[in-house]
Amino acid sequence: MEGRAGTKLQGRIEAQVLVMHEMSICEGILTVMEEQASTQQFKRVKSVWLEIGPLAGVEIEALRFGFDVVTRNSLAEGAKLEIIEMPGVAWCLECSKNVPIKQRFDACPDCGSFQLQITGGDELRIKELEVD
Amino acid sequence: MCTVCGCGEGETRIEGQEEGHHHHDHDHDHHHDHTHEHHGHAHAHSHSHDHAGHTHSHSHTHDDEAHHHHHDGHNHDYGQGPAHAHAPGLSQSRMVQIEQDILGKNNQYALANRQLFKYLNILALNLVSSPGSGKTTLLTASIDDLKSDLSIAVIEGDQQTANDADRIRETGVPALQINTGKGCHLDAHMIGHAMETLRPENNSLLFIENVGNLVCPAAFDLGEAHKVAILSVTEGEDKPIKYPDMFHAADLMILNKTDLLPYLDFDVDKCIEYARRVNPDIEVIQLSAKSGEGMDDWYQWIKSRMSQS
Repeated sequence: MEGRAGTKLQGRIEAQVLVMHEMSICEGILTVMEEQASTQQFKRVKSVWLEIGPLAGVEIEALRFGFDVVTRNSLAEGAKLEIIEMPGVAWCLECSKNVPIKQRFDACPDCGSFQLQITGGDELRIKELEVD
Repeated sequence: MCTVCGCGEGETRIEGQEEGHHHHDHDHDHHHDHTHEHHGHAHAHSHSHDHAGHTHSHSHTHDDEAHHHHHDGHNHDYGQGPAHAHAPGLSQSRMVQIEQDILGKNNQYALANRQLFKYLNILALNLVSSPGSGKTTLLTASIDDLKSDLSIAVIEGDQQTANDADRIRETGVPALQINTGKGCHLDAHMIGHAMETLRPENNSLLFIENVGNLVCPAAFDLGEAHKVAILSVTEGEDKPIKYPDMFHAADLMILNKTDLLPYLDFDVDKCIEYARRVNPDIEVIQLSAKSGEGMDDWYQWIKSRMSQS
């Protein structure tokens, strides 16, 4: 597994260490697609829909780059990557309501409290595939 | 490959399991529809079998005696045999609902571990920290103080060497080293295997000392009851907001090496405030494994969890 991404990335590693994180997430996506190909009996993936929240720790641009590299010569070569950005949401204990957040350690945008419980935004999911 | 940081895997070694043990995480897609030359002659064998209500056939050729198969729901890529033809009409584009977490495989193994721990009534604590936070010293001190009251076992994760497991074994409790090779964290599958060899007693305490790394272990549930993040006061007090995922995932933060506080600028209150920003429910214990200060709070914490489990 690591060979495929490893060799392709070799020249870029120093410059783009960040991409490694997304690269390996793409490896995970490819694994799921390959599994599904045998259980659901398809040969090619044309589009992939991912749900990603702002707290998942994923750079979407890096993910797109990684996806193209990782899926080369695979059943998903050239597949379209559709990203559904999920909102970051937390329950503010002070305000007793849901508030939007961008990062894990944000304060409540209304009252400034840090007593927030994250209720949405850490998604890192494959939602569906369009396949042949 | 680690699905968090992209480090390599495939070099994992678990003590007590044979050399050449292939650590196949995830499931196994076998592309074995080809033959291998072996000792100067090719041998291939095919077989077909029925399961889950449909028939498929595949041919298997093994070139590797030590191949490690799990038969817990893995997929064989069985090619396009006659029993596997696409039904007319299905060759058009179609949508496949997946709704699957990208880290889902690890979570399944973690669930299995959690059930096993529950069944055996084992309290499993996953200790995570940066390298050099004093995890192993804290562990050996804790074991020395607790081993007369509790049955304890330890799983040690490091990239290389069995030094830490050796240090633990000197305390007289069973310990098993997992070397992750290029890998940067333990995963639930490794823990499942380690349990087969280590076989901790029922009603015991299991410490899992993760690889020193505050990033990737946050994303890998091992099936533990609690993650315990250990931070030493020689590190920056802003570590909890620099590595929010880890402190978010932990239930307890231990501030270690408090005996050094008089010599440092470390702001304890600030550090705790940062930790609560990323995790309002995190508990905090300040201690020094060296001087023994605060260790009783830590033992109380463990014992109250043991009685809950």
